[in-house]
Amino acid sequence: MTERYDIAVIGGGNAALSAAMTAAEAGARVLILETAPKAYRGGNSRHTRNFRCMHRGPLGPLIDDYTEEEYLADLLQVTGGKTDEQLARLAIRTSKDCLSWMQDRGVRFQPPLSGTLSLARTNAFFMGGGKSLVNAYYRTAAKLGVDVLYEAAVTHLELQGDRIARVDYTHRSEGHSLSPKAVVVASGGFQADIDWLTRAWGPAAQNFLIRGTPYNRGAVLADLLDQGVESIGDADQCHAVAIDGRAPKYDGGIVTRLDCVPFSIVVNNNAERFYDEGEDVWPKRYAIWGRLVAAQPDQVGHAIIDAKSINLFMPSVFPPIKAGSLEDLAGKMGLRADKLRATVEKFNAACGDTSAFHPTELDGVATTGLNPPKTNWARPIAEPPFYGYSLRTGVTFTYLGLKVDDRAQCRTAEGPIQNLWAAGETMAGSILGQGYLAGFGMTVGTVFGRIAGAEAAKHADP
Amino acid sequence: MQTLDLIQEARRQAGICNACRYCEGYCSVFPSMHAGRAFSDGDIVQLANLCHNCRGCYYACQYTAPHEFDLNLPAALAEVRRDSWESFAWPQLLARRFHTHGGAVALVSVLGFALILWAIRGLGGNGDGFYATLSHTAMVAIFVPAFLLPSVSIGIGLRRYWRSVGGQRVRLSHLMTAFGKAVRMKDLAAGHGEGCNFEDEDRFSHARRYAHQAILYGFLLCFASTSAGTAMHYGFDLHAPYGFWSLPKLLGVPGGILLTIGCGWMAVLKRQSDPALGDVRAWGGEKAFVLLLGFAGLSGLLLYGLGQTPLMPALLALHLGAVLAFFLLTPFTKMAHGFYRSAALIRDAQRIDTADRKN
Repeated sequence: MTERYDIAVIGGGNAALSAAMTAAEAGARVLILETAPKAYRGGNSRHTRNFRCMHRGPLGPLIDDYTEEEYLADLLQVTGGKTDEQLARLAIRTSKDCLSWMQDRGVRFQPPLSGTLSLARTNAFFMGGGKSLVNAYYRTAAKLGVDVLYEAAVTHLELQGDRIARVDYTHRSEGHSLSPKAVVVASGGFQADIDWLTRAWGPAAQNFLIRGTPYNRGAVLADLLDQGVESIGDADQCHAVAIDGRAPKYDGGIVTRLDCVPFSIVVNNNAERFYDEGEDVWPKRYAIWGRLVAAQPDQVGHAIIDAKSINLFMPSVFPPIKAGSLEDLAGKMGLRADKLRATVEKFNAACGDTSAFHPTELDGVATTGLNPPKTNWARPIAEPPFYGYSLRTGVTFTYLGLKVDDRAQCRTAEGPIQNLWAAGETMAGSILGQGYLAGFGMTVGTVFGRIAGAEAAKHADP
Repeated sequence: MQTLDLIQEARRQAGICNACRYCEGYCSVFPSMHAGRAFSDGDIVQLANLCHNCRGCYYACQYTAPHEFDLNLPAALAEVRRDSWESFAWPQLLARRFHTHGGAVALVSVLGFALILWAIRGLGGNGDGFYATLSHTAMVAIFVPAFLLPSVSIGIGLRRYWRSVGGQRVRLSHLMTAFGKAVRMKDLAAGHGEGCNFEDEDRFSHARRYAHQAILYGFLLCFASTSAGTAMHYGFDLHAPYGFWSLPKLLGVPGGILLTIGCGWMAVLKRQSDPALGDVRAWGGEKAFVLLLGFAGLSGLLLYGLGQTPLMPALLALHLGAVLAFFLLTPFTKMAHGFYRSAALIRDAQRIDTADRKN
């Protein structure tokens, strides 16, 4: 079977499928090597729900305009400027053509979900979420003649000079090799390898939860970096959010998210506040709270809210801890009761006029003389029953990845590797140096998946 | 499992769905579910009866087994749904005998044939055509109670349902919205209008929707045919047999064809589908019901085609027996779904109406 395929695509999520379909449409014979079993195919794409899309005028489910400059400004804001602007602009500009490209390959869109109206202009939601997108792509790929091997774990890419000469993988616990003309790596980050995370983060990483697929262990990434393929990004940078501390270790996905932070105070295990909970609307701040919680003792936070705020955010899958008094709540959450009461009283005393409170806008209802302050939605925590959620760091994907150019091609210090391309989370660190912009992962995956597939097909058919 | 266990399991799953919401665009279930934070038993029963088992949400779900959340909402709601029909049914003695017992459906059908045969032998005919075999008076004596008793039973069941889901006074606009969805079977079309996931895993297809509509409209045409015959008999003194260019035949023949093809198609689709995404225990009962309904249509057509042959008396017994069994079993078989789903759609129209008024 070595000679049967022009292109091996490593990975089975959005980026891999985008590359595989594009290459197959160009006439290439494509094999997808997906580590996961069929039930878990699709990597982190299974858990996604939308992609961020530039557009002029209404487009599909998207309203108004979302211009290149505004999109880029949003990106620069979350990355603090740590981005490759050329690649960022490429992703942004191409995103506007992606929507119809996706529709043509079976993806269907729906209006923004209830509770996510703030994304109606910028993010196009997949009907049924990311798994239905993945299902549609696998069906389309099959029609295009793409073959898929599930439970096929790539163990080694043999780099000889400026070419990948061989792909080694195991399938049903037997070793195999093939030598395709071109290889596309779209196998995600390494976040599910807790040991690697621990090397990058220190022991704190043992307490992290992995929000997505348990199959992204970075085996191919590590193998390529070992052989001198150039990397981008820092090993301790990732898309990390604060999620419900009761979430499963892996694969908890969207339902473990907590949107209550702006209406709460968040304390650490010492019952002390550590950051402005009301800095901005949650969709613009959720991605920094993973790191904030990671920096606290035992990597835990506790969001405390009272009765008047319990219905202001989308429900989590886990019911909140509920108590009639702050002391009882502290007891149930393993906090010192006197310290929690002191923190809440100090916060309450710093709250002022709350008549302008508005849950979905920056309302300027702020504390005075408190450090750290709460700059919006600051209302006293006073009305029983009291509710608490424990927060932990949930890692979506890591940013240390393969450095690519605007043709998605990988390189070593000596120059480009002639037949190796990368797409998706495994190269997203090129654009996301830090922080995260909702829906951008799927944009990067689609844009660079298509580029990688087209370039690989061009190479395979000279 | 007991009613409360079934509701509890559906509630557990709905809690996960409500925190995800990815399936919001597929059907009427999710917008209704996402309107609340906690689900009473009545809420779960309402959601269950809104669900058309299109299975789009199952194949789109990232939390199905082997994931530890083990979501299978179509199955959980199907079990609650069937259990709700059994709980609301009157008389209770018969409530749990047929949904999960295909054999019992077959037995009643055989008893139906036997009763008609006995009537033919014992009461005999008096008139032209079929009436030469079984008199009009005898048919009326059998079918008037066979129609009225199930109607009363369904009415009692619906009233119990309406109370349990907190239904309000029905307005014309609610009916328009609800039946507007039902006539197009919108909830089997997915939000993007490409059908449901039934006979071939996650592939969207209109097959089940079209088969269902063939059955629905075939049944309605047959019912209209009988009603037309009744009106002609009593209102205009026009007695059967009727020629082809008469209202009963013009409605009944296409109706019988649609009903037969629809039921056959549905039976095939059902066999191709994954039973684990529905109410596994009711699979046999549903299958028997589809076959009985299809047989009622087919035997009616055969009776029309072979009515002038010596086979007629036997075919008449089979057809009338099937129709008799079908009517009597309506409150206790899958046929009840049409009434409860319509009620659920009306209740949902009320919910949307109330929400719109608040905004």
